Amino acid sequence: MKNVRRPVEVEAVVEENFKIKTFLFKDKLCFKARPGQFLMVWIVGVDEIPLSISRIGDLCSVTVAKVGEATEAMHRLKVGDRFYIRGPYGNGFREGGGYVAIVAGGIGLAALLPLVERLNASNCKIDVFIGFRSKSDAFWVDKLTGFINGKLTISTDDGSLGVKGLISEVFRGYVKNFKPRYDMIYTCGPPAMIRQVFQDCKKMNYKVQASLEAYMRCGIGICGSCCLGPYRVCSDGPVFSNNQLTKMSELGIYKRGPDGLKIPI
Amino acid sequence: MINRKYNGFLDVEILNLKFPNPLILAAGILGLTAPLLKRVVYSGAGGVVTKSIGLKSREGYPNPTIVDLGYGLVNSMGLPNPGLKMFIEELEELKGLKVPLILSIYAFSEEELMTMGKIISKLKAVSAVELNVSCPHVGGISEIGKSPELVKSYVKTLKDNLSNKPIIVKLTPNVSDITSIAMAAVNGGADALTAINTVKSMVIDIETGKPLLAGVFGGLSGPAIKPIALRCVYEITETLDVPVFGCGGVETARDVIEFIMAGAVAVQIGSAIARRGLRVFREISIELKRFLELKGFKSLEEVRGLAHRR
Repeated sequence: MKNVRRPVEVEAVVEENFKIKTFLFKDKLCFKARPGQFLMVWIVGVDEIPLSISRIGDLCSVTVAKVGEATEAMHRLKVGDRFYIRGPYGNGFREGGGYVAIVAGGIGLAALLPLVERLNASNCKIDVFIGFRSKSDAFWVDKLTGFINGKLTISTDDGSLGVKGLISEVFRGYVKNFKPRYDMIYTCGPPAMIRQVFQDCKKMNYKVQASLEAYMRCGIGICGSCCLGPYRVCSDGPVFSNNQLTKMSELGIYKRGPDGLKIPI
Repeated sequence: MINRKYNGFLDVEILNLKFPNPLILAAGILGLTAPLLKRVVYSGAGGVVTKSIGLKSREGYPNPTIVDLGYGLVNSMGLPNPGLKMFIEELEELKGLKVPLILSIYAFSEEELMTMGKIISKLKAVSAVELNVSCPHVGGISEIGKSPELVKSYVKTLKDNLSNKPIIVKLTPNVSDITSIAMAAVNGGADALTAINTVKSMVIDIETGKPLLAGVFGGLSGPAIKPIALRCVYEITETLDVPVFGCGGVETARDVIEFIMAGAVAVQIGSAIARRGLRVFREISIELKRFLELKGFKSLEEVRGLAHRR
């Protein structure tokens, strides 16, 4: 049963950059996961956190940015070490054909890579817009180049790689100027970025699927910790479409802490 | 003692509050924000109980906070909540809700309860208050619910400081004689009771040989505790004439009928949402109506307490 915590062994560790590592492992349930689904990953004695599945196959993976206690503990794991997972949870992305754009911010790419792989296999035309803080934060650029047949646009806050500026602004400029006829926009990244991307997509009448994040406890839709608008990120999401996103007035404005208090973003 | 008129088929009137059906969202489940509570109502719940709110905010315990055993859930959330003053924001948004809104509260002292009672008296959105003296994983709360003296005293304090709102007391099964606690609550001024809160429990991780939950102890809910909850409802209603909300492992209409036959006026649903989703309220309503029709009952009132016949 997917809700039972099961140990998996680290088969390989890939250092993506100075603060991001990918941990590869074998797991039968993850093998059957859909792109966009996530796991609750338990690092014994530290914490249990939601992480997107960043690779689906004989070897599966989670890709982790070092941002806090749990992810730091995760980064100490070596080949042969074990950690616990439960899941896969959530709905995942709906895969459509045609012409699509991927808009990703930083580690948000982790949720999107398995999707890009599938879309590529089904001969979609894919444009990718990806933003990083700076050149040293960039990862998977080569990987993406191999997977896509459309345009790859990179931006950094300081201009050290690609265009200087926020990727949401770069994306907005591009769609305003060229009015590409995207069939779907897939996005994952910081909530403020997603808010902006969604607002611009609405203006262009694009369909959107956004993978969102929130503080999570149960992962099975009962505790309410991960609520966004009337939705539970863990079990109604983490991927939401236009109608749902419209009902999340707080998206990118505030998030909720473990005590349910609003924290401005 | 208390007006218990049933209107229509699934409607129930308890404490002068009209519930369109007897399926109420249990405390601790989803009840942290107004949009989510509204969604539970749109999903067909006959009433909702909020997450337990204290005077001050609490972060709760770190993860892991839940274990799914298949036959039930063990949770050790640790009463996370934003505190009463901040929660008022959510309650303001819930004015005009189509079903009764029950505010679940807890307090570590009678002074806290006094302050809370005065604040809550002014809150129009709140139909009734459910006093949680039974959370098994937070020290200082579970102890209250185990002592008849403390229960009576806490309930009386709340009663004295709360105007125009009925008080429901949620009881713990982690006692040897639940009826004596129920009696103490009623003597303190409780208008109704909820039986039961979760059963104190724990889970060991055999890989590490350590308690799995970060909070060590948790509360068992779900199908595993239904027979215990039924027994508690039966015992209480055998002795006391007080409305009892049955709570513990309700997943199907059959479960609801069992609780009503044991003497409950309505049931609260929580863990079932993990397995059946929010559809559970509407689905059970339909199943319930079918059962009543099939058996020729005209209302739930006809079913209530049948198990007590001699």
